[in-house]
Amino acid sequence: MSFVGWLQIAATLGLVLAAVRPLGRFMAKLFLGQRTFLHPVLSPVERGFYRAAGIDPEQEQTWFGYAMAMLIFSAMGFLSLYAILRLQGFLPLNPGALPGVAPDLAFNTAISFLTNTNWQSYSGETTMSHFSQMAGLTVHNFLSAATGIALAMAVTRAFARSGVATLGNFWVDMTRAALYVLLPLSVVVALALVAFGVPQTLSNAVDATTLEGARQTIALGPVASQEAIKQLGTNGGGFFNANSAHPFENPSALSNILAIWAMLVVSAALPITFGRMVGSERQGWALLSAMAILLILGAALVYWAEARGNPLITALGVDTGLGNMEGKEVRFGQAMSALFVAVTTGLSCGAVNTMHDSLTPLGGLVPMVLIQLGEVLPGGTGSGLYGMVVFCVLAVFVAGLMVGRTPEFLGKKIEAREIRMAVLAVLILPLVILGFTAVAAVLPAALSSLNNAGPHGFSELLYAYSSAAGNNGSAFAGLNANTPWFNTTLGIAMVLGRFAYVLPVMAMAGSLAAKPRGQASSGSLPTTTFLFVGLLVGVILILGGLQFFPALALGPIVEEVLMHTSATF
Amino acid sequence: MLSCLRAAGVLLVLFTLLLGLAYPLAMTGLASAAFPRQAGGSLLTDNGTVIGSALIGQAFASDGYFHPRPSASGHDAMASGGSNLGPLSKRLMERVSGHLAAQPSPLAVPADAVTASASGLDPDISPANALAQVARVAAARNLPADRVAALVADHTAGRLFGLIGEPRVNVLALNLALDKMPAN
Amino acid sequence: MSRHATTGPALFDRAILLNAMRDAAVKLDPRKLMRNPVIFVTEVVAAFVTLLWLRELAQGTGTPGFSGQIAAWLWFTVLFANFAEAVAEGRGKAQAASLRQARSDVQAKRLLDPDSDDGRYERVNAQTLERGDVVLVEAGDLIPLDGEIIAGVAAINEAAITGESAPVIREAGGDRSAVTGGTTVLSDAIRVRISTAPGETFIDRMIALVEGAERQKTPNELALSVLLSGMTLIFLIAVVTLWGLAGYSGTEVSVVVLVALLVTLIPTTIGGLLSAIGIAGMDRLIRFNVIATSGRAVEAAGDVDTLLLDKTGTITFGNRMATEFVALEGVTTTELAQAGLLASMGDDTPEGRSIVALAKAEFDLQEQEVPGAVLVPFAAQTRISGLDIDGRAIRKGAVDSVLRFAGIAADRAPADFRQAVDRIARTGGTPLAVADGRRLLGVIHLKDVIKPAIRERFAALRAMGIRTVMVTGDNPVTAAAIASEAGVDDFIAEATPEDKLAYIRREQTGGRLIAMCGDGTNDAPALAQADVGVAMQTGTQAAREAGNMVDLDSSPTKLIEIVEIGKQLLMTRGSLTTFSIANDVAKYFAILPALFIATYPEMSALNLMHLGSPESAILSAVIFNALIIIALIPLALRGVAYRPVGAAALLRRNLTVYGLGGLILPFVGIKVIDLAVTALHLA
Repeated sequence: MSFVGWLQIAATLGLVLAAVRPLGRFMAKLFLGQRTFLHPVLSPVERGFYRAAGIDPEQEQTWFGYAMAMLIFSAMGFLSLYAILRLQGFLPLNPGALPGVAPDLAFNTAISFLTNTNWQSYSGETTMSHFSQMAGLTVHNFLSAATGIALAMAVTRAFARSGVATLGNFWVDMTRAALYVLLPLSVVVALALVAFGVPQTLSNAVDATTLEGARQTIALGPVASQEAIKQLGTNGGGFFNANSAHPFENPSALSNILAIWAMLVVSAALPITFGRMVGSERQGWALLSAMAILLILGAALVYWAEARGNPLITALGVDTGLGNMEGKEVRFGQAMSALFVAVTTGLSCGAVNTMHDSLTPLGGLVPMVLIQLGEVLPGGTGSGLYGMVVFCVLAVFVAGLMVGRTPEFLGKKIEAREIRMAVLAVLILPLVILGFTAVAAVLPAALSSLNNAGPHGFSELLYAYSSAAGNNGSAFAGLNANTPWFNTTLGIAMVLGRFAYVLPVMAMAGSLAAKPRGQASSGSLPTTTFLFVGLLVGVILILGGLQFFPALALGPIVEEVLMHTSATF
Repeated sequence: MLSCLRAAGVLLVLFTLLLGLAYPLAMTGLASAAFPRQAGGSLLTDNGTVIGSALIGQAFASDGYFHPRPSASGHDAMASGGSNLGPLSKRLMERVSGHLAAQPSPLAVPADAVTASASGLDPDISPANALAQVARVAAARNLPADRVAALVADHTAGRLFGLIGEPRVNVLALNLALDKMPAN
Repeated sequence: MSRHATTGPALFDRAILLNAMRDAAVKLDPRKLMRNPVIFVTEVVAAFVTLLWLRELAQGTGTPGFSGQIAAWLWFTVLFANFAEAVAEGRGKAQAASLRQARSDVQAKRLLDPDSDDGRYERVNAQTLERGDVVLVEAGDLIPLDGEIIAGVAAINEAAITGESAPVIREAGGDRSAVTGGTTVLSDAIRVRISTAPGETFIDRMIALVEGAERQKTPNELALSVLLSGMTLIFLIAVVTLWGLAGYSGTEVSVVVLVALLVTLIPTTIGGLLSAIGIAGMDRLIRFNVIATSGRAVEAAGDVDTLLLDKTGTITFGNRMATEFVALEGVTTTELAQAGLLASMGDDTPEGRSIVALAKAEFDLQEQEVPGAVLVPFAAQTRISGLDIDGRAIRKGAVDSVLRFAGIAADRAPADFRQAVDRIARTGGTPLAVADGRRLLGVIHLKDVIKPAIRERFAALRAMGIRTVMVTGDNPVTAAAIASEAGVDDFIAEATPEDKLAYIRREQTGGRLIAMCGDGTNDAPALAQADVGVAMQTGTQAAREAGNMVDLDSSPTKLIEIVEIGKQLLMTRGSLTTFSIANDVAKYFAILPALFIATYPEMSALNLMHLGSPESAILSAVIFNALIIIALIPLALRGVAYRPVGAAALLRRNLTVYGLGGLILPFVGIKVIDLAVTALHLA
């Protein structure tokens, strides 16, 4: 670890912090239905969309109507994406003449992009045509993120409103998120990425003759436009197999900073949006602080673990002053690789600039834990916010009792129905992650996909299901997931992780919106203090993380212990 | 329900046109106008032939060239990726030992010289790695080691503002300069 | 009130404990335990481990010594939880038993012709009475059932329900007409119209409530149960899947150990104590002589945002102070004030001092040393004080005393004097007469004095986030003066029952919870509307029906204690939940290394507590988990300490004690138990 490294981390997070307030306030205005500076350009497009689709933007939906609209939209998106992938061979913009995608892989990929997971069982360069990348994957990068933001806004309104049945209009929220937030940001980020060296061309590949006379075929494509939304929408599905480690996706230290900034900015701004919409920006900052504390702790732990280097390699006589370089790129260094690892998993992004599979045991433990904590640090666009709200509800419930009142959050009483829905939501991750991992851990068909033996092989399984259920998409990528077993079970895990989680959350939102909003007094639990932030962190760790401790003990924890005994597998 | 289906279908089509086609095509147009070199892949040409991309690592095997980092994909720029070997992997230890045995060096071998990069296409090596190779390259080319070392120093990029980025040497650029170096 | 806080059995009465031990075993019935999912799961796995143990014994395989001990401690865990509940219930049962004595086999005198003055009656068993029957109750009789006096007045001993032996007066008409079955008429005879059917009387309901027979989970208790069930499910998933997860490395995990892990992780501590906490909360109210008709009301009390308090008796004493000089015809007010001031110089009672203060403040008069004057100090016998000066004898005091001094017969006093006295008396004030020799000068109006420390009390309530609203019949000016002096946040002056109701509705629209107390029939709508409505036991039947609590002492100040008891109930629940959850960390560190050590000996690095052996580690964790329930029963019954400070301070304190404490304590506890287990060679 070096001072410069810490400074790099601090500077990058500082850039995010600088953007959080203006963006958060902008989104609050947008979702409160006020005019923004983008309206002169974009509102004609927006109105045109509503007219064509027969949407009355004034008509609001109940939680159920909102959730149904979201489900129908997602189902239709799944079908169309599945069709595009299967029929790729007959569709235009296919300079590499790639064939249609196999059924199980197309299923997995369609689910994956739809749920904002962007788990990649495929290798982008050799599987996806430009048309699939653009009209298929890029579109869903936008829409799944916009859907997440819309859901988060519906949940936000549950607290902002008092005694109403409706939470907003899904079509309107989703359209606005895509048009006013994600698209303009993507245009700016994409151009900046090109300036930093990311290709943006319709040509497929170029042949080079190396100085030694060998031939090298270099894959190209419209990378920057997809890269921008991949990061901004916390999607993480890369154009290339190596994802953000690929020099064309992430050519320099500057592009790396931009990538981290773009990953974080929307998710970090949404708590501020939440705060403003519920009438207390302080509340937003409190949520963001809890997220930031755990995220920074995670980044610091990865940095420390990786900068130590791998003692087994040191023992072979290698100078590991650079740290553990297996699976890392020279241009990023340990600090910014560590930050990327923590951010991409604290978010449900899943882009990687480092091969997580080759991280040291503790370095690999952190991303796994950050995912298992429920993807709330700060989590995916929108999904992170509503996940955090669930933890707030649970934290307020326990802590609220301790101050001698029926617990309430932002003036809304937390009662049996809210707790039931919150518990249902937090139940999903352990059920899916531990359930599937337990089966796969003893299933020969699954075990044959492992790239590593010993506890690390177990970690590959645990990571895969954590990533899928948490809608993250990153991987201990040695696992060959492009098998019917993994494509199918990971697909199911992704669906459950997204929809089985959000439906109870929406039901909770519906019940909260209907409640009167009480007024806070000095007898109410303060939810904007440092104490509450600490409590929230504790609840996230204990209610969100404790159940994974035995599984982690069998993977990265025992591996760390074994590393110091120089065992190999 | 029916209105819901219509809304979903129409929005999906419109967004596909806007975000899936108009947005990437517009970006492609803008990028090729504003940053043609980068948009095309930062290609390097030598006498009209493309010799590679400044950003993409290439395999160099002969002693007269600086070698890049090990690549799990054999520097195949159509199949990027890392080794994905865990920290306690026997195969990793064997590979590292193999590299160490193949390239005995009087200097301590830096970590990046024996570990596979994340992308398999890492264009850079650490300055220490480059310096450790100077003797071999100089010998193969019959050049004085200090001139090669000076060339390495010239091609060592530092941190922007002393803060951003890591010290590194672009292997292709260094080897290209090496070829252009007049014999003494 | 302190007197009543001691009614009811002591915290750990010997008889109650013995009964509770028996009840704890009875409660093992799984059909009863289903209500408590956490403990139910514990019982199921306890039975399962017992079967495994028996099989091991029969087949001579495995480690029956270990399995047997685990099974035993799992059963203890269940029993301890049952015991906690039984102890809490036992205290109520003891109370119910004494109530029941008041109910047994009462003979009633049913009037044959209630509409006439005819006093003929027939003797019937009270259980056969019907609603609407009219009974005659004479001195020495028990009132058979709840009802209303339709004729007569009587002194009644209500000790059976209030524990207070001082008789109360009940009479037909007005707000003092309700009588309660089981109470005794001490003097006179009354006619009572029966208003409840047998088995539904106030005492019957009290018995049911204190026994907890009809106990239903309160809303918050229900929500907490959901959370605890959810956590149980989550850890069930974590433990069941461990089978497969461990299978990866070929680790054979013993079922007994998995069960041990499960039971230590699920929130058995709070699960076992939850219902005891709820029952104890109700019990605390009962010991304060307040009966809540539902547990919901007790919880709501903790949530109260606004207290509607009657001025008299709550905010002010019976003690009064001078507020007005009423001069008679031909006397100036200043003259009267001057005389009042002089006459009160010899009166050191608060009332006398208040006259001096009023005269000084309103008429700019000075208390001067008058040479040659002789003070006549106030005496309780004469109820008069005054000053003799220059041959004048100025006196002030009780109206009759002053009249006697002046030698004027009461009915010969001037008309305006009598009117003034009447008016003051009518508005609840106390009139004092002032005379100069034989000449009446006027009347001094004495009014309420605010209780000392009530201001601090209200400030404490404010710190808790509770607004206080004073309800008074005074005019707005007087009310405002008293309100600002007492430090209440708001007041309703010249309050009618309709005003109260409107005020409550307005507050509730703003999302606040309201508590109030009342006793009159016209209070009933407001009592029903309020979230916590405390009816006075002395009040009417309508008021008692409308409220959700009844204060047997009829003391309006109790509203404040009721709120504190409600808060304490919720705090106890929250604190023990936090404690229970925080415990899990240490238990993991005890059991996990033990679980995997066979496959990965290196796991011993996680054995932070350096426990003796894998078996002793697991056993110690299970024993700790069982014993902590017993250890926390007193806390669950007594409730965590409550201080009237803001929520932030409360949270900081409870989080430190129960959160941080819950994190650290089991590390110490398990280590100590492990030392004992190892020393005794139990594992």
